Amino acid sequence: MTTQLTGAEIIIRALQEEGVEHVFGYPGGSVLNIYDALCAQDKVRHILVRHEQAAAHAADAYSRSSGKVGVCLVTSGPGATNAVTGIATAYMDSSPMVIISGQVSTPYIGQDAFQECDTVGITRPCVKHNFLVKDVEQLAVTIKKAFYLAKTGRPGPVLIDIPKDVTQAMAEYAYPKTISMRSYSPVIKAHLGQIKKAMQLLQKAERPVVYIGGGVVLANAAEKLTQLVRELGFPCTQTLMGLGGFPGNDPLSTGLLGMHGTYESNMAMHHCDVLLAIGARFDDRVIGNVLHFIGPPDRKIIHVDIDPSSISKRVQVDIPIVGDVGDVVQEMLNILSASPKTNNMEALEKWWQQINEWRAKDCLKYDIKSEKIKPQYVVEKLYQLTEGKAIITTDVGQHQMWAAQYYKFDKSRRWITSGGLGTMGFGLPAAIGSRMANPDKDVICITGEASIQMCIQELATCAQYRLPIKIINLNNGYMGMVRQWQELFYGSRYSESYFDTLPNFVTLAESFGHIGIRVDDPADVENTLKEALKQKDRLVFLDVHTDPKANVFPMVPGGKGLTEMVLFDAP
Amino acid sequence: MRHILSILVENEAGALSRIAGLFSARGYNIESLVVATTEDETLSRMTITTRGSDNVIEQITKHLNKLVEVVKVVDLTDGMHIERELMLVKVRATGKDREEMKRLADIFRGKIIDVTEKSYTIELTGISSKLDAFLQALEPGVLLETVRTGASGIGRGERILRI
Repeated sequence: MTTQLTGAEIIIRALQEEGVEHVFGYPGGSVLNIYDALCAQDKVRHILVRHEQAAAHAADAYSRSSGKVGVCLVTSGPGATNAVTGIATAYMDSSPMVIISGQVSTPYIGQDAFQECDTVGITRPCVKHNFLVKDVEQLAVTIKKAFYLAKTGRPGPVLIDIPKDVTQAMAEYAYPKTISMRSYSPVIKAHLGQIKKAMQLLQKAERPVVYIGGGVVLANAAEKLTQLVRELGFPCTQTLMGLGGFPGNDPLSTGLLGMHGTYESNMAMHHCDVLLAIGARFDDRVIGNVLHFIGPPDRKIIHVDIDPSSISKRVQVDIPIVGDVGDVVQEMLNILSASPKTNNMEALEKWWQQINEWRAKDCLKYDIKSEKIKPQYVVEKLYQLTEGKAIITTDVGQHQMWAAQYYKFDKSRRWITSGGLGTMGFGLPAAIGSRMANPDKDVICITGEASIQMCIQELATCAQYRLPIKIINLNNGYMGMVRQWQELFYGSRYSESYFDTLPNFVTLAESFGHIGIRVDDPADVENTLKEALKQKDRLVFLDVHTDPKANVFPMVPGGKGLTEMVLFDAP
Repeated sequence: MRHILSILVENEAGALSRIAGLFSARGYNIESLVVATTEDETLSRMTITTRGSDNVIEQITKHLNKLVEVVKVVDLTDGMHIERELMLVKVRATGKDREEMKRLADIFRGKIIDVTEKSYTIELTGISSKLDAFLQALEPGVLLETVRTGASGIGRGERILRI
């Protein structure tokens, strides 16, 4: 007995077999068959967003906050092009995601049909892989491949473009249990000899630094990595994507590094003699100008990454280790437990003294007595009140950096931000996706008045699904980061970075059925935050009017090296 | 440094575009690109001639390997290899030039494959620099048209690229 199903039914059945519980999407002409099959079952729940960009961001954040593959479903043409920003965001941060896009029926492809676009062509440079399925017989196996590709190796978004007639055609349904592709072999067992060499180097190191990135989070290796760093007793710095990969409140953590990293992280990066880079990629926001990233002449770099093309891309390394971060860290732990500790304790102690001297600069201090609300203070209070346990999503700009600097993440997958692409508009849809994946956790979107307006329509989605998200809008009236650059590098010529008109965010939130509260006085910040966090079943939009002149420091100006940091806001 | 990369890819729509897109997106240069199906019709073989420092070539190879449809990548210039390019040249062949042109084609082991009263079309194969040399040897003004395939290559001796 064989089962004949329509293409649309095959898609839904395949999603069920992949264990997909939520799909974020928006219907349209070429996906009507899929939506019809969707409403005939209740295993896969559809979350209706208000714009396809939000569907992609929500699916992306669903994945980042849970480790599962996020799924989004959009129609052809504008549905797909609207999703592109979200797909590129996921691609830059290696987020596993499957995007199903409708396409015009096969006879119409290439005819400039209504709502036709070359989705596979448009998305090709911003997906791990994509498929156009022209034959219903290939549908199930292609979906299997898509999920397999998305979550294995270096994860990433995979798009399946499905013409409408394929969703209508009938085929025998058989979902493959396993898949293997001769041109894709992601399981890379790291070279043990390299790991041993690395450990020898680390155990002799006088000024070591562990530098971790998003790869640690993606590989679910945070706990093992934490154990390794603690056993070694080395300082550990995290990239924006690596926050939570090592507990931010651990004494061994020097916090964020890079353009807005701490003084101690950046100085340690520059002066170390052995650098252990794990799941990080030495990008421009992290090491600044590569020509200035020279360090002492005897500096050795060990680089662990699952993607060989990340190794020696910007910085030449001495010991490359290609493999799954979790496996490599485990091997390192094994070596440590087998061999007696031979750390150079004397040198290490001196190194820590040096780091503590750098720490004493207290590079994250700010004017607490200010009459205006300091954005740093809001984030710091939020951290204290939530005890660091909330899932924080952000948009992009100053507020994002303050969130990264002042909220300490002691667990991974609680920090959801667009790092690589830097997508304004990410925060609110990301909060939707994170909350759908974590219905028992506080989900807080830290944003700014510029970013939030880019996907503000999603307040309606939050209302429809009763998502008690907390939005903290650090409202300084400017595109803050643009204003900061203009102040520092463009003679304070604030070209087009000021909004002459802003909505009344309080009544705007209320119009969607949410609670809106405006805060102007520093004395009210703590109580209002408490009040908002108490609302367990309502969305609260806090419009916090902050010091418009506040800047993010420390800062490594573009094109400069890590030691050329600018510290503090000059009065 | 000039490198010749031999690539086995799945014979699927879009594979060529993915590879060409990789080169343009990352700013690598393609001097020539040749592609055709192999004896196994599920596979295509591509030969890409490119230039770059060792670091750049290493990155190109890594990125090519990362593409899901790429099965194997080999840098032929890493070892002994044979390289050939095909060129068709249309030249003016009138009066005393006609005999001279025939002689020149013979010297370069070219074949005349089409003849009119006024022209020859010559087929020439060899390494790319030999084809360049032929063009340079022509009298000024006789060259009417050229078409070149770009280099194809294969490893010498026992060196084999297959899956």
